[in-house]
Amino acid sequence: MPNSTLRAWYELLSSMRFAVSLLTVLSIASIIGTVVKQHEPFNNYLNQFGPFWFPLFESLGLYGVYNASWFLAILVFLLASTTLCIIRQSPQMLREMKSFRTHAREASLRQFAHKENFLSAQPPATLAAAASAYLTSQGFRVKEDKRDGARLLAAKAGSANRLGYLLAHGGIVVILVGGLLDGNLPLRLLLALEDKHPTTFAQLREAIPAQARLSEGTLSFRGNLFVPEGERSSLATLNVDDGVLVQDLPFELALEKFSIEHYTTGAPKRFASEVIITDRASGQSERHTIEVNHPLTFKGLTIYQSSFDDGGSSLELLPHRLDANTQATPVKALSATVGTQQPFGDQTLEITSFRSFNIENMADTQSTSQTIFSTLQSRMGSAARHDDGKKFVNVGPNFQFKLRDAAGQAREYQNYMLPITQEGRAFMLSGMRTSPNENFRYLRMPVDEDGRIESFFALRNTLLNESARHEIARRFAKSSLPKATATDPMLTGLIDTAERTLSLFAKDGFTAVGGFIEKNVPADEREKAADVFVKILNGCAWEALQWVREKAAQPRLEFTEPRAQYVRDALWAMSDIFHYGAPAYLQLTGFEEVRASVFQITRSPGQAWVFLGSLLLVAGVYFMLFVRERRAFVLIKDSGDVLFAMSANRKTLDFENAFVLHRDALKGLL
Amino acid sequence: MKRFLHTLRTMDWLYGAGLLALGVFAWVRYDHHMDIFEEAILLSSVPAFAWLGWWWKPFQKLAAAVLLLSLAGIGLYEGDLARAEKVFLLKYIFSSQTLIGWMCMLFFFANGAYWLGLLRKSEFAAGSGTALTWCAIAMGWAGMMVRWHESYLIGADVGHIPVSNLYEVFVLFCLITSLIYLYYEGVYRTRQMGAFVMLVVSAATGFLLWYAFTRGAHEIQPLIPALQSYWMKIHVPANFVGYGAFAIAAMVGVAYLLAARGVLASRLPSLTVLDDVMYRAIAIGFAFFTLATILGALWAAEAWGTYWQWDPKETWALIVWLNYGAWLHMRLTKGLRGPLLAWWAVMGLGVTTFAFLGVNMFLSGLHSYGAL
Ligand code: HEM
Repeated sequence: MPNSTLRAWYELLSSMRFAVSLLTVLSIASIIGTVVKQHEPFNNYLNQFGPFWFPLFESLGLYGVYNASWFLAILVFLLASTTLCIIRQSPQMLREMKSFRTHAREASLRQFAHKENFLSAQPPATLAAAASAYLTSQGFRVKEDKRDGARLLAAKAGSANRLGYLLAHGGIVVILVGGLLDGNLPLRLLLALEDKHPTTFAQLREAIPAQARLSEGTLSFRGNLFVPEGERSSLATLNVDDGVLVQDLPFELALEKFSIEHYTTGAPKRFASEVIITDRASGQSERHTIEVNHPLTFKGLTIYQSSFDDGGSSLELLPHRLDANTQATPVKALSATVGTQQPFGDQTLEITSFRSFNIENMADTQSTSQTIFSTLQSRMGSAARHDDGKKFVNVGPNFQFKLRDAAGQAREYQNYMLPITQEGRAFMLSGMRTSPNENFRYLRMPVDEDGRIESFFALRNTLLNESARHEIARRFAKSSLPKATATDPMLTGLIDTAERTLSLFAKDGFTAVGGFIEKNVPADEREKAADVFVKILNGCAWEALQWVREKAAQPRLEFTEPRAQYVRDALWAMSDIFHYGAPAYLQLTGFEEVRASVFQITRSPGQAWVFLGSLLLVAGVYFMLFVRERRAFVLIKDSGDVLFAMSANRKTLDFENAFVLHRDALKGLL
Repeated sequence: MKRFLHTLRTMDWLYGAGLLALGVFAWVRYDHHMDIFEEAILLSSVPAFAWLGWWWKPFQKLAAAVLLLSLAGIGLYEGDLARAEKVFLLKYIFSSQTLIGWMCMLFFFANGAYWLGLLRKSEFAAGSGTALTWCAIAMGWAGMMVRWHESYLIGADVGHIPVSNLYEVFVLFCLITSLIYLYYEGVYRTRQMGAFVMLVVSAATGFLLWYAFTRGAHEIQPLIPALQSYWMKIHVPANFVGYGAFAIAAMVGVAYLLAARGVLASRLPSLTVLDDVMYRAIAIGFAFFTLATILGALWAAEAWGTYWQWDPKETWALIVWLNYGAWLHMRLTKGLRGPLLAWWAVMGLGVTTFAFLGVNMFLSGLHSYGAL
């Protein structure tokens, strides 16, 4: 390249205009990266932007702006620009720092905006000494220049201001170097040079392709390490683009135990992993605890507590059949591992998560009317949580699972292991939703006086069973009309009605009963009719309950209000089951919890540089902004003429004040 | 240095000795709650506050007032949180929420007084503005101290310095902004800017009240693990010195723009003064914001394993920093002055506010603890 072209490039790159343009582009690019969510699965983007924009944005790298090559290019240019700027400016800066400008001419001093003429009667040497002492006492460093018929006191203070420029901009350079070192650039180079390619998680489960495996020597990386309790791992995974790479680690990390502690409000308080780390080279082991905010550094790699997950807990499940043919085959207990799937009837059962405890606010929510005054009162005083009626209770374990049909449609469920008390009654809760965006809707099945759910299912199996229908209706009618004979038309009529009600209910719960009423009863009598039907159902359910007990050789129950409530709750639950959508209710009867810890593991050789650069930057900014560079000149002529002049590289108000201060002080010395 | 120490009077030494005594007391009494980094913070805060008080004398009186108010509050509790409801003095003056409530009210009054002073050219009204602002700061700061104490009364594991959620940092913002403003008021011997600067503080106060009333945000929450870091304790206050200073620069910028158009020009300080305050505020803000961002990076390095990962909050902090960096470049190396810089300072507050609030409301990221 001809010299003049090089020169032009140098001029451009080291110019402030270029730097400012770069910074503007950098800001805009950064903003885009905060508006478009980064590193989402590509499908999300396709849904969001549509088929036209999606590939365009992809080619622009908008789904990973900060790793895009053009973004890295901006940073590299910024690095070049700032470096050149320093190279260009520093000779002059250093000269300025050193020089006292003892050769300043009178004519040029007279050009200063801040100057004053005096006349002194003192001998020049005395005045020079006094002025020099004064300036020194004010923090100036003074040099004297004797010249023809005059002497010049050249003083300066705050030269560190210029040093600040070097420190701050040098700091930025160091930070950029460190940041680029830790960024995506080295990995990209490695991928290109060693012909490595990311793979998919699905493929990893089978085998690790050699092309996706990085050796221990990777310069800088940031990966995840998933270790279940009681297991060990020496492989980290790095997410790259839409795929994954496997990174060999120089050690093996075994997780002994992962523990979580909570505050009484249920908020997490501490996540800690107890690990044993074994150096693969020497075979030596060390025991450590890794916590959030307390990472572990080992062999140049740093390991952080990132999150946690289920590590494959095994669950004991007891299915209670809910489909029409409830009497048919009794189902056997099954065991399932979190994170796995198995066939379940004609569907697939996927156990997605398990939590051994859940802290919930179990206070009965009553809407209390609040006046402005009472609100004010409650906002005064201490900032502790006021008694707002919230009661945080551990409601015990629960698990979530999906049931997927042959067409791939899935419903998601959340079942609690222990009965949960609501409004004074105990229920087994099972939540259901058809899409992850919904909240769970809960099926509340009442437990009996011994806290067991079995009686509910026994009652349900009897009440909905077609062959039992006549007997239930008969028992109900008999107990309603104890004095009636078997042929009493009142009695047979009631049996008939009860039977028909039961068969309606067995079709679709209260919905079917409601539909029947709507169709057959005039509008103004519907409420009364509904009342009658509900009474019949309650009565039948009560008798069915007794019959079940009778068959199990248990004594008849005495009628009490809580028992009646139990029956009503049971009916509601049975009715809701028609919309539950699962062939069985999976009762969690036991579990063995295995947690897994997710660590983040990094090698970032640039970190030290970034922090060093930061230190330089802070010092530099301080010097540039808060150390004021000042120069003062006192030209004392043998004739008694005195010229005082001051200059500063920043024109601020306090410079004006300083000039007045020093001028008046000098006047006093004359 | 020697010159500086020679200027100190008896009062200054007394103040220093008091601080030292407090520091020693805190060390002896609370050492078991602190790790080595917190001890370092305590050790360095004694000279830091000493220097602040020596260099800016009115600060000493403020510190004394805060000490007395907080001791009254802490003493009245007698270690029992429930006394906040029972003891009259606690409920209506010395409990943290009440102190902060007083702070809010006093800030509103101060703002009103400043406006009266500006419009009526009344020295007395403007002077009352200053006095009210001092009182508000004393109340609010003591409120934070008492809140700190209350958090330990809730439970030793809940206790933490109140700089961890949006409610607490808003109180901090009000305190720091008005303190920086009072400093400039003293340096430039003018009270006219108070009317404008205190507008931001009033707005922040309004937000605080809304936040406490409708969202119950004033309740002390225990710290989730990511926030249990000593870096947080210096990162957050440093950030708020930055935000506060930028807010002042913007409001002075508004005053500048008005005065440049002749509105209130006869009542406001000269354009040169306004321009100078704007520069100094941005310089201070920039220095602290630089520091805060770096502290944030140190913290992130420890909590998340990377000092920088282009999380929206981080990215916006960078944008704010670049923006004010550009402002300083234009002013200092290009010698730019006038309405353009004032406009830029006003817009700068927009960018800063987005980084501070907007990111939490509109973008998702790791800094989710500040969610509205
Ligand atoms: C990330 C990029 C940069 C940042 C954050 C930055 C920041 C700063 C800051 C805060 C100042 C202080 C203003 C002062 O008191 O002088 C400054 C001054 C300055 N900057 Fe930059 N700067 C950057 C890049 C550059 C580049 C690339 C150049 C070269 C063209 C440059 C040239 C200067 C000059 C000449 C000064 C004035 C120094 C003096 O006269 O004391 N800056 N910079």
